[in-house]
Amino acid sequence: MADSIPLTGIEDLTAASKPRPLTLEILHAWVTTVDHKKIGLLYIGYALAFLVIAGLEAVIIRVQLAVPLNGVVSPQVFNRLFTMHGTTMVFFVGMPILFGFGNYLIPLMLGARDMAFPRLNAFSFWISAFGGLLLYFSFLGGDGLYGAGTAPDVGWFAYAPLTAKVFSPGHSTDYWTLGILLSGVGTIGTALNIVTTTICMRCPGMTLNRMPLLVWLYLVTCFLVFVAVGPLTAAQIMLLIDRYLGAHFFDTQAGGSAVLWMHFFWIFGHPEVYILVLPAFGFANEIIPVFSRKAIFGYPAMVAATVAIGFISLGVWAHHMFTVGLGPGANAFFTLSTMVIAVPTGIKIFNWIATLWGGKIRFTVAMLFCVAFLFQFLIAGLTGIMLSASPFDWQLSGSYFVVAHFHYVLVGAILFTIFAAFYYWFPKMSGRLLNETLGKWHFWLFLIGFHLTFDFMHIPGVLGMPRRIYTYEFDRGWAVWNLIVSSGVVFQVLAIGCFVFNLVRSYSRGDPAGPDPWDAWTLEWSTASPPPVYNFAALPTVGSRRPLWDLKHPEDPDSNYE
Amino acid sequence: MATASITHPEQSWELPSRGLVGMICLIVAESAVFIIFVVAYIFYLGKSTSGPMPRDVLEMPVAGTLCLLSSSLTVYLAAEALQKSRVRLCSLWLAATILLACVFLASTAREWYQLIYQDGLTIRTNLFGTTFYSLVGLHASHVIAGLVMLLLALVFALFGRIGDAHAERLEILSLYWHFVDAVWVVVFTVVYVLGR
Repeated sequence: MADSIPLTGIEDLTAASKPRPLTLEILHAWVTTVDHKKIGLLYIGYALAFLVIAGLEAVIIRVQLAVPLNGVVSPQVFNRLFTMHGTTMVFFVGMPILFGFGNYLIPLMLGARDMAFPRLNAFSFWISAFGGLLLYFSFLGGDGLYGAGTAPDVGWFAYAPLTAKVFSPGHSTDYWTLGILLSGVGTIGTALNIVTTTICMRCPGMTLNRMPLLVWLYLVTCFLVFVAVGPLTAAQIMLLIDRYLGAHFFDTQAGGSAVLWMHFFWIFGHPEVYILVLPAFGFANEIIPVFSRKAIFGYPAMVAATVAIGFISLGVWAHHMFTVGLGPGANAFFTLSTMVIAVPTGIKIFNWIATLWGGKIRFTVAMLFCVAFLFQFLIAGLTGIMLSASPFDWQLSGSYFVVAHFHYVLVGAILFTIFAAFYYWFPKMSGRLLNETLGKWHFWLFLIGFHLTFDFMHIPGVLGMPRRIYTYEFDRGWAVWNLIVSSGVVFQVLAIGCFVFNLVRSYSRGDPAGPDPWDAWTLEWSTASPPPVYNFAALPTVGSRRPLWDLKHPEDPDSNYE
Repeated sequence: MATASITHPEQSWELPSRGLVGMICLIVAESAVFIIFVVAYIFYLGKSTSGPMPRDVLEMPVAGTLCLLSSSLTVYLAAEALQKSRVRLCSLWLAATILLACVFLASTAREWYQLIYQDGLTIRTNLFGTTFYSLVGLHASHVIAGLVMLLLALVFALFGRIGDAHAERLEILSLYWHFVDAVWVVVFTVVYVLGR
């Protein structure tokens, strides 16, 4: 369908006929690049590598927990595994993959030729990448003086006083805190870049209320990064000062407070959930309308809901700390604020359903992932509301119910939309379509695996199974549930295998995509696939929220209705 | 050429300057870092298990504070001068700013020297030492970062490598400097006025 649409003018038709460059030249080009598309791909590739690594760590965790009194790994190794799994997934998979897509898509969607600060962009990527490598170097270098180390084992939120020099000798915790500190610097750099690009680099006619919703969501995400990652950085600096200079921020014996670390960490930690989920919403906002053949329902309401989520998410952090004993006032406040956040989130769900309603739905793989996301995100939200009630949380905090809840968000919502984004934008990035049959295998296997694992994980949680235990006894009544949970992993691994195979195979042998394989409406589809270095031969001018619709339908452009 | 100009191109399409927006973003993120350190300072006030306490050892650094605050004015005058293409005047005001900042840093250094060697307060002594040196030190490190950038600007100005084309950049640098000053107002109030 794309062939019939005349897109000349924006698209550059000059054939590139250069001799094939040497491997070293290619490598040099990637390392020194300041092009937002290449940096975006670097982010995505780096995150995919860590996704596989952290995924394998989860596999070992589930093998260990599959049957009672299992001895695949020792308790110490188990601690390292869940610490590395959590830290990697949040800081070195979630954020880089979302920033990768943001880097790639935002300038294209705004009709710009690059990000606002291309060199800062490269710096941010490489400093984050260095953070990830530092974290994993701990396996080799964490030993320290006492031979007590290798990888960090303090959990991904590293509660004090576990991180004190006394309880964490060697360098394992230092690798953890430095890795996160560096990744935080990179994150703030990229967020700064995205905000500046969005405000200063829009093409003529691209007013704020004509921007694709994805860009709006990234804008709010990046403001959250400033106010959430800043505190995390501050807390990591304090931890470093404690560990290296002998200060007492989190040293309870000198009057310091372990609870203060919890506050600082969760002031970052809860907005972080929204930093991860808002871009995922952005993907859904682009994909659902295109495959429903309808404009997004309630654009202003979506923007308002996003901004509301951004604000409210700053005032909910202590719902991670109900069991600390904050007192009735704080408990009531954080219960209420947490429940309130369900309102703008509910608005979003209704808007997506209204977009689907009466649409001419095309169930491509990208759309399948988005529909699954709607169901799963709803359930994740419902268990979230359950946990927001502090008395209920006292019962279940620190149990597998919580683990099931946040994996429902992180996997069921975020990872599913990230997969949707891959199927939707891979053709733009590579010029080739991903195989739909393999994609359907990927989707169904992953759906089955996801539900086997994370639906049934709620039950041992309700039965009282705490998180982070390395094994359990026969008579607890958790064995069957854990076996089911672990069996889901098999399906997930097969699904990821299909996905990786699909990526590799389609990159060289997929069907050519053409500039606009989905008959979409945003500017990235107006240029070649993959786009030339300069994105647009002539900068576009837009007159509505769906510039390509206007181009394809001059008889009834959207701009008539704005 | 058939372009994507789908409708009437807008008559004027002016967007804010990148440097300005970028610097504002940086200031927002840095503010979040400082807020956490200030909160930690306030939270630990009076929680030290041993001396010395703030009221025993701290004195108001009036001279340093006056220097730092007036350097905000001189950096503003430097940016103003460059906008009017008066490079000599600009380098003069830049030099004044640098001098004032150095006086501030020297007064901090003298204060720390006294605290460490006369009052025996180090970062490991008690919670007051921990939070005081971290907060004031974090601010001082920002002063040093600003100082390095101002020095660069001065060197460029002295070698005549600066012109009104760079006026906006100097203005953005001065924005950072104003931020560092504003943070000092907060730190001064919390540490030397309320915290004593």
